[in-house]
Amino acid sequence: MKKYDAIVVGAGHNGLTNAAFLASAGLDVLVLEKNDYVGGATASLELHKDWRYSNCSYVCSLFRPEIYQALDLGRHGLEVVPLQGSVTFKQNGDYFGSYHQSSVKRREIARHSKRDADASIRFDADLMKWCRLIRGFLLRTPPDPASFKIRDIMEFAHLLKSFYSLSESQIYEFIRFFTMSIAEYLEQYFENDTILAHYSGGSIIGTGLGVYSPGTAYVLLHHAMGDVDGNIGSWGFARGGMGSVAAALASSFKSRGGEIRTQAEVAKIAVKGKRATGVVLTSGEEISARAVISNLDAKRTFLNLIDAENLPEDLVRRAQNFKIRGSSGKVNIALDGMPEFPALAKGSPLTLGHMHFTDTLERLERAYDDWKDDRWSRDPYVDMVIPTQYDPSMSPPGKHMMSVFVQYCPAEAEGGWTDAKRDAFGAAVIDQIGDYSPNFKDLILHAEIRTPRELEAEVGLTEGNIFQGELTLDQLMFNRPFPGYAQYRGPLKNMYMCSSSNHPGGGVMGAPGANSAREILRDFRKTNTTPEDFGDD
Amino acid sequence: MIKPQSAVIIGAGHNGLVCAIYLAKAGYQVQILEANQDVGGAASVYEFADGFQAPGLVNVPYGLNAKICRELQLDLHIQNSPSVEQSISLGEKGEHLILTGNQVSGAGLSDKDVDAYQAFKEEFTRYAQALQPLMINRPPRLKDMDRRDKFTLAKLGWSLRFGLGTESMREFLRVGGINIFDVLNETFDNSQLKAAIAVDAVMGHHMGPRTPNTVLTYLQRLWAQTEASTQLNSGLDTLEALKRAAKSAGVSIRINARVNRIRLENDVAVGVDLESGEQISASVVVSNTDAKTTFLDLVGARNLDAMFCHRVDNIRCKGNVAKVFYGVKSLPKFTGLSADQLNQRLLIAPNIKYVEHAFNAVKYAEHSPNPILEITLPSLQDSALAPKGYHIVSVSASFAPHTHKLGWDSQRKPFVKHISSMLEYYAPGFVDTIEVSQLLTPADIENQFHTSGGHWHHGELSLDQSFMMRPLHGAAQYNTPIKGLYLCGAGTHPGGGITGVPGHNAAQRILETKGKN
Repeated sequence: MKKYDAIVVGAGHNGLTNAAFLASAGLDVLVLEKNDYVGGATASLELHKDWRYSNCSYVCSLFRPEIYQALDLGRHGLEVVPLQGSVTFKQNGDYFGSYHQSSVKRREIARHSKRDADASIRFDADLMKWCRLIRGFLLRTPPDPASFKIRDIMEFAHLLKSFYSLSESQIYEFIRFFTMSIAEYLEQYFENDTILAHYSGGSIIGTGLGVYSPGTAYVLLHHAMGDVDGNIGSWGFARGGMGSVAAALASSFKSRGGEIRTQAEVAKIAVKGKRATGVVLTSGEEISARAVISNLDAKRTFLNLIDAENLPEDLVRRAQNFKIRGSSGKVNIALDGMPEFPALAKGSPLTLGHMHFTDTLERLERAYDDWKDDRWSRDPYVDMVIPTQYDPSMSPPGKHMMSVFVQYCPAEAEGGWTDAKRDAFGAAVIDQIGDYSPNFKDLILHAEIRTPRELEAEVGLTEGNIFQGELTLDQLMFNRPFPGYAQYRGPLKNMYMCSSSNHPGGGVMGAPGANSAREILRDFRKTNTTPEDFGDD
Repeated sequence: MIKPQSAVIIGAGHNGLVCAIYLAKAGYQVQILEANQDVGGAASVYEFADGFQAPGLVNVPYGLNAKICRELQLDLHIQNSPSVEQSISLGEKGEHLILTGNQVSGAGLSDKDVDAYQAFKEEFTRYAQALQPLMINRPPRLKDMDRRDKFTLAKLGWSLRFGLGTESMREFLRVGGINIFDVLNETFDNSQLKAAIAVDAVMGHHMGPRTPNTVLTYLQRLWAQTEASTQLNSGLDTLEALKRAAKSAGVSIRINARVNRIRLENDVAVGVDLESGEQISASVVVSNTDAKTTFLDLVGARNLDAMFCHRVDNIRCKGNVAKVFYGVKSLPKFTGLSADQLNQRLLIAPNIKYVEHAFNAVKYAEHSPNPILEITLPSLQDSALAPKGYHIVSVSASFAPHTHKLGWDSQRKPFVKHISSMLEYYAPGFVDTIEVSQLLTPADIENQFHTSGGHWHHGELSLDQSFMMRPLHGAAQYNTPIKGLYLCGAGTHPGGGITGVPGHNAAQRILETKGKN
């Protein structure tokens, strides 16, 4: 029977990235996927005839350009269309537009507050500083603070060195940036409530935290990082929907000799004497390999794939306590035409970017209060995009596809989810959009409503959490997913992790997959094929 | 001509007193200036209604730090009053939980929770103690460190790495930055027990159990308790002891002497101007009040760097706790409590959701529809507080905003009425015994005790305002950008709670810079 060098469990974008780097180094790699399509949460599905939905993730966030280059994704058909600008509609009929062009943006801010226009100069400069510092950590393996290995100590020294390139006062400001809430951080700069709400919204996406929860400020980086790289494409739509990301990765992987099997659900990781030896499929088939890499989240990996008796006792407890909290929903809508937004001038470029309808911090925070009590937000925060304005390949001519990300939506609605509750949740979202676009409801041809229940059942994200684990301090860097296991190596020999449950976490970024591949190749004594540094510095 | 080694201290709170005694013992000529008519600041006694005395803001002080008591040879057992050893969380149906040290007991508690509580307290006490090198010391700078800073950091590193050991250190690094809610859910089943612990983490802060950072506030409180000289002794005893120690050290205290301005000459603090117009000169000026008042009111923005002022402006220090004092005709009869349990600390926070909901309101500048209550009966310890036969019920109520959305003028009465009816529920007949009452909102506390925001800790104890960023970086080592001006209040590291540590650390700082001024 054939023995592979490595088996990757789950064909999400991190699993495919990981597999592609391993195959580049000449390993014989098999990727196993339970669904009949690859991509996991990066998928384009035809749920309504002639419409392709990016029905889970909807934009590329921070997809590392180094990975794009190293895996030739362009040649394999991935084209990222930059996504620019955003708008928040106000209840009074006005709007706030954040234009990509900086002088236009400043002019628009001044329309709402002159003081804030001045503050935005300082704000942009400060944010740029943190971006430059932090992005250097994304493609590195976090050091273990409890270890005395030379490699860990050197890595810590590296961390400290980049830290000390800042001035003393910048060091403190950096710590504050990492520990403050987004609302309080922004309040140091801005006074206008709409502007505060507009820039705060992005920080709560996918988390079980509110705009006033400490630790949300640094998420700003995720939004600013693309601009700093001078690589605006790192935030953007994939032409053909997010499935194109998975398709390009899969194609790149196969061109390197890799093999993918869909509809092959892994039941268990086979273990012999504290060593992973392969996998057992739900069909009963056994496949052996020198290494097994899990692209599933930490809970599924350690509570489902491996029997408890094969794991250290504290690890099972840690996996049980690992925080994956469903907090988001998704509504995907097929439209008969382009909805009108009377607040905007005709032909305004603002519909090309992210659109929001929450114009005060209080509304954002109250949406969070609902979630804390296991209710979906009655007045939710939505991040809405209409990618068919750029990409006609996703819908018939003249028609549109709308993707609405909704915060907050609980994993367990009071008393459990039912189809009726799911539809009520969808109605709340559609009503909110309808308040700002009179012809919107009439244009709806088909709507797919996804609560955490659907996300978990279809994609296999526990509780439907898009980051495969909360991005809070206890689950970041050397604590992600658990203290002592942050270097992509599992508790069993020959077992590895490459999902977003690992450093640096979620978003369609590919970094956990690449970092994990680096560690595996190190153990296999193979040449490193993953990108080490930044090409644009 | 300014006398060398002379100090003037603005504010006679307990931190000001501690700082004064240390300086006086080191040979300084110290004068404390207090705006009110009594010393003690937030711990001072005042008459809130005819014949009824309020024992200050602090229901249950953690107790002065043991090192300070030892060094200043304070005698804390003047009245031999019974100490508060227990927290009793009142159940809605009389099922009370009693928390004593590492033990918890009560109806409805599983053995698992009882054991878990002991393990939890022991583990968290170890974390709190591991932070010791950082606490009773000035917080180290992170760059341009001097020898002492390096030594502190090294001691802290050692204490975390080897004091705690690999497993505990990892666990500490995991939970240190998160919220108490998750930790409690991992550890306990009983919601009333979770709530009782969560109260310690959120009371006095602008935080709910789910707010990240609440593990840190819990540890700060635990640290203060474990390092306290005695078990929770009454705040009055502490104050009396400090007063006498100050007197015998030769500190002069002037009451009704409100400072208007800190006088600068060539950007160096040289003394203060009183409201009366009198000028007092000193080689060192120490402010026991909060950073906002000190820098923006007393020094003045024009004497400071604009960026520094901007950051002072951004210090978050809005209070969240209201105080209600009742003068009552007879002792309240709490359902299910015996008379000798009345001198303990009573809590009303029946479940963890209740605590979170109480916090929700204050985010929108409203008071909690159902606040958390912490209740003590100080007249049981000091009968002189009330006329004969009467008693004082002192209640801290969380959460109450500094500035009420609907205006405190219209909300005072309904708020007090609601608190009274809550007490009536747990102690039937209570309302009929009320003789007098007084509500102090955070705004009232601000006015009465001269601290901006009326915050318990003179500023949120959140990570971004802690350690080397407390009250703000650039003034976190008790000295300030103004030469000769120091801070010693609760707004500085390691925060409030009648520990005296900020005062101690400030004095240490002043003495070590002596001669370098």
